[in-house]
Amino acid sequence: MLELRQQYTFYGVLLYVASTIFVLYLAMQQPESTVWNGLFWMIQLFICVNAVAKSFLQESRGRMLYFYSIAGPVQFIVAKLIYNMLIMLVMSLLSLILFQLLLGNPLINFWKFVGIVCLGAMSLSFVFTMLAAISARAQQQAALMAIMGFPIIIPQLMLLMRISKAGFGEIFKEGAFSDMVLLLTGLDVLVVILAIILFPFLWKD
Amino acid sequence: MKKSWWKILCTLMLLFITTGGMLMQVPRKKILNETIRNSFFHVPMWFCMMALFICSVIYSIKYLRNQKLIYDIYAKEYARTGLVFGLLGLVTGSIWATYTWGQPWSNDIKQVSAAIALLIYAAYFVLRNSIPDLDKRARVGAVYNIFAFAMLFPTIWIIPRLTESLHPGGTGNPVADPRNMDAPMALVMWLIAIPGWILLGFWISSINIRLRKIEDKNLLHV
Repeated sequence: MLELRQQYTFYGVLLYVASTIFVLYLAMQQPESTVWNGLFWMIQLFICVNAVAKSFLQESRGRMLYFYSIAGPVQFIVAKLIYNMLIMLVMSLLSLILFQLLLGNPLINFWKFVGIVCLGAMSLSFVFTMLAAISARAQQQAALMAIMGFPIIIPQLMLLMRISKAGFGEIFKEGAFSDMVLLLTGLDVLVVILAIILFPFLWKD
Repeated sequence: MKKSWWKILCTLMLLFITTGGMLMQVPRKKILNETIRNSFFHVPMWFCMMALFICSVIYSIKYLRNQKLIYDIYAKEYARTGLVFGLLGLVTGSIWATYTWGQPWSNDIKQVSAAIALLIYAAYFVLRNSIPDLDKRARVGAVYNIFAFAMLFPTIWIIPRLTESLHPGGTGNPVADPRNMDAPMALVMWLIAIPGWILLGFWISSINIRLRKIEDKNLLHV
């Protein structure tokens, strides 16, 4: 069911991650921590658009028909969600390592930041999987992904940037940090539930 | 005539807001001064926008449940009027901010979330226009509408409460701080201004919906 056969896209995205971060390194050398944080999340966003969007937009009509015949919509979307989540986790952790190597290490609380990165990768991949499923039904798919995706993802991205400051040693108000983490987790759960409910309507064609 | 009582009510309310709202006694506050009267216009815009978007989502859900094209028309028209009210809210807010905060845009969290809301619904219309097939457009549009609504509203209801803002109410109630208004003014805002503008929003949408129904007559009956 999972499309591990398409290894070339995987390596393509891998190369994309490496080269973007290298270009960033050439442009910025070693930025200070706020810039580092902002750049890191922007790169995550673009990696996500590139990696996840491909999962739906590149499917040919014949392949979709094949999936249609072997699996139900719920199984299909769950498989997609899990697959994209794993890809995004790998990519984010990889880009975190590359950031550490090339752009310096302003992190004080490393493991907390890793946790936040995993959470962020999950949220990004879930939202964009769903959006890719929607925009795959329309024309000018790639442009639509950006138009629909960026406004929807901005609140989550702002939250992520906010809490990732914990990684730089910022002290939060009592309870505020766990509140925001809970909110993000709640949003993730919400997206998954919505995807499972709504995807069957996109499926029948 | 019996059915149009709410239109008469709406007209009377808005007549009162535009005349009485301008003339009545308001509390004199530092910085705010007379601009406090803008709460009769700026605040209701957001209430109206939210009411219309909620309605739009309800009709989207209804459409997905029984695939009647008429519900798609409702969803679309409510979203459209909601977008107009959102724009008006942003504009009245910017004008107000120019005189109280010193500049029209100050990256306040609520300004940002309002702008996001408008972008999301603008994307809804772009999405709709990019699908030529009617049924498919309605279905995909409904799915996006529900998804966007579910993503947007928790964030614009919760995030402003977690961060600090220039808007009154601060970290508590993000809508309006009761401390800034005296009793008659709060009464006018909650009982007349907000319901009045909401009624106007529904009035405009219902006219648009009727227009749409006439235009798409032959589509709706097949």
